[in-house]
Amino acid sequence: MSLTDFLSMGGYATYVWSSYGICAVVLILNIILPLRRKGKVMRDFQKRLLRKE
Amino acid sequence: MSEYLNIFLTILQRDMKLAFRNKAEFINPLMFFVIVIILFPLAFGSDSALLKQLTSGIIWVTALLATVLSLEAIFRTDFEDGSIEQLTLARYPLTLLVSAKITAHWIIFGLPLLLTALLTGFILSLSEQTMMALFITLLLGTPILSLIGAITVALTIGLRGGMLLSLLILPLYMPVLIFSMLAVENASIGQSIAAEIYFLAGMLVLAITLAPITTATALRIRLS
Amino acid sequence: MSLYKNLHRWFHQFASPKYFYDISHTISRWTVIICIVCFVCGLYGGLVLAPADYQQGESFRIMYVHVPAAWMSLFVYMVMAISGGIGLIWHIKLADIVARSSAPIGASFTFLALATGAIWGKPMWGTWWVWDARLTSELILLFLYLGYIALQSAFEDRRVAARAGAILALVGTVNIPIIHYSVEWWSTLHQGPTITKLDKPSIHVSMLIPLLFMVLAFKTFYITSLLIRVRTEILEYEYNTSWVKQLLGNHNNVTN
Repeated sequence: MSLTDFLSMGGYATYVWSSYGICAVVLILNIILPLRRKGKVMRDFQKRLLRKE
Repeated sequence: MSEYLNIFLTILQRDMKLAFRNKAEFINPLMFFVIVIILFPLAFGSDSALLKQLTSGIIWVTALLATVLSLEAIFRTDFEDGSIEQLTLARYPLTLLVSAKITAHWIIFGLPLLLTALLTGFILSLSEQTMMALFITLLLGTPILSLIGAITVALTIGLRGGMLLSLLILPLYMPVLIFSMLAVENASIGQSIAAEIYFLAGMLVLAITLAPITTATALRIRLS
Repeated sequence: MSLYKNLHRWFHQFASPKYFYDISHTISRWTVIICIVCFVCGLYGGLVLAPADYQQGESFRIMYVHVPAAWMSLFVYMVMAISGGIGLIWHIKLADIVARSSAPIGASFTFLALATGAIWGKPMWGTWWVWDARLTSELILLFLYLGYIALQSAFEDRRVAARAGAILALVGTVNIPIIHYSVEWWSTLHQGPTITKLDKPSIHVSMLIPLLFMVLAFKTFYITSLLIRVRTEILEYEYNTSWVKQLLGNHNNVTN
């Protein structure tokens, strides 16, 4: 299959690629958002510990 | 055994007496039911063919919404004045006491709702088969609504944000609605509704067996 | 007897937050690797190697995202309900944490299944949506997840929240067999079972293998994402313990 064939997916390009795109967004968000939250929680706790000292 | 029956009947009587004293608590949801149903002929014009198709659906959906409004009443006043805590401390099984309260709710609200719904169906000129199907599905459905509703109310008593109850209950009510409407549809075109009725009856039996103990557990969790 | 004692001890050790926090890093390392490998194999197999479907052409490739997402939406709900039940019965904090952390991931998968399903449905069935048994019950599942998440945020005490959520999740479990068997019990627009039937699957092996890779990829992804959230919650639960203070102190020293 050539690259053009691959990208156009037999005419179903919009459907196939939007599905995979939504999938990618959902998966990436499910990694990034928890990581950011964890970082924030850790920083908040560290600040609290420093304040106590 | 008869001691349990006595306790059940005592709580049942108590709740019904209280309901008659605070008539507003159970009449208001019924009024809501009637008023919302009236909104539809007002919106679509009473001769609309579209309205005729939608009538039984409107009745069922409005019944669901009115039930959600009425559910708070099962536990709220008792929660606020501390009676529920007293019940959990009583030497009788909480499940039994909860069953009594749920039965009271159905008698006070579900049964009148059933009759009012039939009345509105009659006024909106539903066919005989549709009315029959509506009657049977509501007869089986309203207890299911009281039972499942009781679990959800027990989980959410006293929380700020009244919408939470509706958000939790309505997805659980959807299967009841779906099967009832399937039955009504089949009845209106003259087909047998046995399958849907069996399903509703099955749901009712499942709810009767499991809902009281689940509600009791939920109350204990909230009150601990 | 000694095997039972060992299992018992291992189970309680496993459920200890500190122990779990430590081993979760090792588990994550493995699941990330397996996840990436499986995604690469699955995507290559699904998008490039697998032959185009006889009836559906290239659009069937949406299956490689839609089916794993749908299976995971059910799987994660069961994990949520079961761990909630374990937390409810045996009062194990870690079980509560796993249940609460699984909910947003499960909701994401359900949303993904519904969205990709609708996108796939448009060219195949000519409509974005139809109220048949499977689609409707999957939508109800999404509402159950969202209701669970809303319930969790309505309580200030985490432990009460977890137990109330466990009850809600267990009540909603009735929906799972409905979703799974809906295509067998009712005549639906949605395709019938092709893989989970007990006799030979009616899907060609060259299409099946990438799908299995994708399913494993999604599973390991779930575990990876879950563990990040679980670690955060463990820190929040155990904030006042010495091991957490030490951990944060070390982290502080390293970053400074």
